[in-house]
Amino acid sequence: MAADLRFAKTHEWIRPEGDGLATVGISAYAVEALTDLVFMQLPEVGRKVKAGESIGEIESVKAVSDFYAPVSGEIVEVNQALPNALETLGQDPYGAGWLVRIRPDDAAEAAGLLDAAAYDSLVKSQPH
Amino acid sequence: MTTPLLETPLCAWHSTHGGRMVDFAGWRMPVQYDSIVAEHLATRQAAGMFDVSHMGRLGVTGPESGGWLESLLTRRVADLGVGQVRYTLVTSDEGPRGVTILDDALVAREADAPDGSPRFSLVVNASNRERVVAWLRSRLPTVGVSLADHTFETAMLAVQGPLAVAIVTQLCSAADAAAIAALRSYRATAAAVASRPAAVSRTGYTGEDGLELVVAAADALPVWEAIMAAGAARGLHACGLGARDTLRLEAGMPLYGHELTADSDPFAVGLGFAITLNAADGTPRSFPGAEPLRRMRAEPDPRVRIGLVFDGKRAARESAAVTRVARPDAVVGVVTSGSFCPTLGSAAAMAVVDRAVAEEGGPLDVMIRDTACRATVTPLPLYRRLASQT
Repeated sequence: MAADLRFAKTHEWIRPEGDGLATVGISAYAVEALTDLVFMQLPEVGRKVKAGESIGEIESVKAVSDFYAPVSGEIVEVNQALPNALETLGQDPYGAGWLVRIRPDDAAEAAGLLDAAAYDSLVKSQPH
Repeated sequence: MTTPLLETPLCAWHSTHGGRMVDFAGWRMPVQYDSIVAEHLATRQAAGMFDVSHMGRLGVTGPESGGWLESLLTRRVADLGVGQVRYTLVTSDEGPRGVTILDDALVAREADAPDGSPRFSLVVNASNRERVVAWLRSRLPTVGVSLADHTFETAMLAVQGPLAVAIVTQLCSAADAAAIAALRSYRATAAAVASRPAAVSRTGYTGEDGLELVVAAADALPVWEAIMAAGAARGLHACGLGARDTLRLEAGMPLYGHELTADSDPFAVGLGFAITLNAADGTPRSFPGAEPLRRMRAEPDPRVRIGLVFDGKRAARESAAVTRVARPDAVVGVVTSGSFCPTLGSAAAMAVVDRAVAEEGGPLDVMIRDTACRATVTPLPLYRRLASQT
């Protein structure tokens, strides 16, 4: 996990890209916990979202889970290749497995999320 | 959570072998060890072993036990020979319709007791065990029949798949191996497996050939480990309840609480075969709810249970609405179970729909979280093993 990543308690990661945009994905821990992924629905480009709002769903054989916007902003791009290549999420969750790019309303909001060490301890405290 | 979860004798094995433990009907059970898809495909291609000790195991014996069960179950019992197993419903005459479906069950006739009395076993769903036991106890005569709940002193393992019989019989004497291999579907025998006494039946809930074994609770772990060791080189996987559910869905098998509920019309949900209204000589049988069931058969419900295979992998879950194509307002039925199905490679479901739209090959839409997903009406079972494998 790179040091520039921040994490939501709901297991999304966000990485500010320096161009005013930020990339969002879901953590390796979450992908591992879901297993057997079969379907993903991404949000529409242009949608304005609030932090904590559901922006899509990911489905495993057993269950459907929502994923959430880690910060408020506008969805400016989605990883259209991902729904047809869900294995990418397991292979490269912090790279090719990205979900959406978002234009944050407040560039500082991501800094308030968990850093890698804090997220790691959160995960370790959860029953598995 | 006020009540602690019940544990099978194999609970510790599951936990130490990566089992993801969940609450299922009050039991702490593994939903999967690694991947549901891998466990599912192993069962179809080689073999899978499932701890199904949470299922309720009841024993009925005594000189009057056959006649008593015959008077209570929707299938005939009096004509069961030793070693025969039959799928049945357990009904009561309660409720506004005069019939309530308490459970579906397997009834088997075991070898007679030493005093010559017949002995029967009943396997019921974990979620219904207490209710079924209470109902049966309320109907017990004062003499001639005894009923015992053996759930906690025994364990039950299902070994399923094309290699299941070969794997289990490796652990038996030549005579027992031959007896097990010769079992036809829905037949049972007593045998020693890994030197432990077991009731072995050629039954299962996966659509594959396979066996179910009932052993003493203390023998569960040694028998499980012996079978795991015997099957390791042949591709045997330990499987959780997740794969059990996707396997039975493909096999078109009902699950109580989904396809079959307390107030189902069994004829509408494709379980008419489990209701024997007349004895062999044509005289009407009598069991709780027989008269209302007779009326249901005479006046067929306009609904029918069907299979649906989706174009995509997104699964419809229980209670999703089934509609006419591109007519989200025209609801024609409801999904009872649905999942991605690994053998099919797409999502599939069972649903109860109006008979008018149940024609094979016809397209229907299913509303999944406000999105209409196209599916094709497909006869059940959705998966059928090759006849040569039986």
